[in-house]
Amino acid sequence: MNFKNKMSSVLIAPAFLWLIALMVVPCVMILVLGFFQRGIYGGIEYNFTLENFQLVFDSLYAGIFLSSARIAGTATIIAVFIGYFAAYAIATSPKKWQPTLLFFAVLPFWSNYLIRTYAWIVLLNREGLLVGFSKWLGIDGGIPSILYTESAVILGLVYNYLPFVILSCYAPLARMNPDFREASTDLGASNFTTFRRITLPLSVPGIAAGAVFVFVLSIGNFITPALLGGGRFQMIGNVIYAQFLTANDWPLGAALSMVLIGIMMILLMIQASAAQRSIGQKNKEQLDG
Amino acid sequence: MRMVRDFIVKSFSVSVLFAAIASTNAAADGLVISNWDGYMAADALHNFKETTGIESEMVNHATNEEIMGKLIASKGKGYDVVFVSSPFAEVLHQLGLAAEIDHSKIPNLANLYPEANKLPHDPGNTFSVPYTWGTTGLCYREDLVSQTPDSWNDLLKPSAELDGKITMLSTDRWLLAAGFLANGYSVNETDSKKLEQVKDDLIEAKKHLLAYDDTTFYAKLVSGEASLVHAWDGWCNYGIAESTDIKYVVPKEGTDLWVDTMVVMKSSKNIDAAYTFINYLLDAKNHSWAVENILYKVPNKAAMEIVDPSYAIQYPNLAMSPSELTSYEELRDVGKSQRAYSRAVSEIKASQ
Repeated sequence: MNFKNKMSSVLIAPAFLWLIALMVVPCVMILVLGFFQRGIYGGIEYNFTLENFQLVFDSLYAGIFLSSARIAGTATIIAVFIGYFAAYAIATSPKKWQPTLLFFAVLPFWSNYLIRTYAWIVLLNREGLLVGFSKWLGIDGGIPSILYTESAVILGLVYNYLPFVILSCYAPLARMNPDFREASTDLGASNFTTFRRITLPLSVPGIAAGAVFVFVLSIGNFITPALLGGGRFQMIGNVIYAQFLTANDWPLGAALSMVLIGIMMILLMIQASAAQRSIGQKNKEQLDG
Repeated sequence: MRMVRDFIVKSFSVSVLFAAIASTNAAADGLVISNWDGYMAADALHNFKETTGIESEMVNHATNEEIMGKLIASKGKGYDVVFVSSPFAEVLHQLGLAAEIDHSKIPNLANLYPEANKLPHDPGNTFSVPYTWGTTGLCYREDLVSQTPDSWNDLLKPSAELDGKITMLSTDRWLLAAGFLANGYSVNETDSKKLEQVKDDLIEAKKHLLAYDDTTFYAKLVSGEASLVHAWDGWCNYGIAESTDIKYVVPKEGTDLWVDTMVVMKSSKNIDAAYTFINYLLDAKNHSWAVENILYKVPNKAAMEIVDPSYAIQYPNLAMSPSELTSYEELRDVGKSQRAYSRAVSEIKASQ
């Protein structure tokens, strides 16, 4: 082993150990936990069982998985739509303004997630600012409050994860070689055709990364449904939270988490391979060029 | 019964899992006491040291389930005195983790009401000592309701004016208890048909709810977002403290009696010091702190007698007599049925 190799293995060791100790080991522990029985009083009885994983697929929990996926999917579509066009607007604005605009896009990240979510409660509740403002405008009785509805949950998820989409879509848009678009225009394509056939396909990796981020973070979220859904909407994250912290049914909670982690891993792998493919394509284009 | 004061604490208590898996071992010397945050005076441990010379350390838990998880994982090691609600004290006793209380070492037990020595979960206080007690009922804005609520059905089948202006507790036992009591069943009902029926009632009731809320319901009442909330009496008092329009009522069908208790761990290496600590808290002056500061009733006759009478005028439920209080059915551990309870609550929460 030469010096450079030795150096890199020394440098990578802390991160590697970190991953093993705080990621791999806990995940394996949770996985193993899923195969044991729950004691009558909580706790764990070390008898092998598949019951917990069977329960995951029973209509109650499978139904909650599906409705979580539906809520996360809706939030993802809305966030990608808004986020992509925001990123497009930033990337096509004057160069000197771009850092400032990006700064404003990520500014909400500087405050705590819970505080940002509570702020929506203040805005949306029946006695809140939005309803009060609409009454002031003269709307009779004010607009109906959407707090504690599914719309409020989706709104909270979109709001909190939008910056991820903006950042991940901005990168490919800003890096895109302007010659491609010019060439397309020179060859007679309309602006819309250029966007559809050049810009959009080249930003797919950014969109995919942003979409997977929003979906994965949303489907496992438990704070937003608890606060903005008023506990009336259970997402799978809330069910897992309840198994560990209130029902004291750790084995069932472990089985539910493993299935959730499995879904997340599959999505991340699809996204990674999409990104890989587009890099491959780019290299090929450069070689061809 | 006392839940998280603050959702923030609850949300981040996930990290507790780590601690529980690794089975915590707190400091070896001195007493280790686990209690809800703010459930006794901030200077209690300092004053305890001044009075008795015994060192002690406070660990906080956000929920019963959290401390139970730790105690079951560590077989009680690392803790001397824990504060838990009575059904959980029963579980600690059944698991053999709770010490048998030596009454001769706690002379201040004489301060307790005679009723507090006959609680169904532990007659004679053999493994637990009651710290606070109270009821669950309806907390409402007198100025926002045209009819005074007096029944659990006002919560489950509300009139049109209350539609969407109601919150219910989300914790398994109390959510189900509202349904059991409305049907005239025991709050510890384990019959699966009755549980199924109550589940259906609560799914129906969900359509009229603003939210399930364990932590901020009194604030929703103060702001006017809600007009009627399912509440613990002590927490309704926090609303009454802010608005004189807020009132508390025990529904005519009755309610549950909840009791939060102190349990000494059998594994404690400082068992005598643990008794001294409980004795210290049962002192009339120390115990009355809970009444005056967290507005809960305490089962301590001497303590209740020295509380300024103005409290009972502002917070009428503090004046409820021990005999009335103990006429309600106490929440008990339901053993194997707990899983059915959890599932019923999951189905209620998942229903659309």
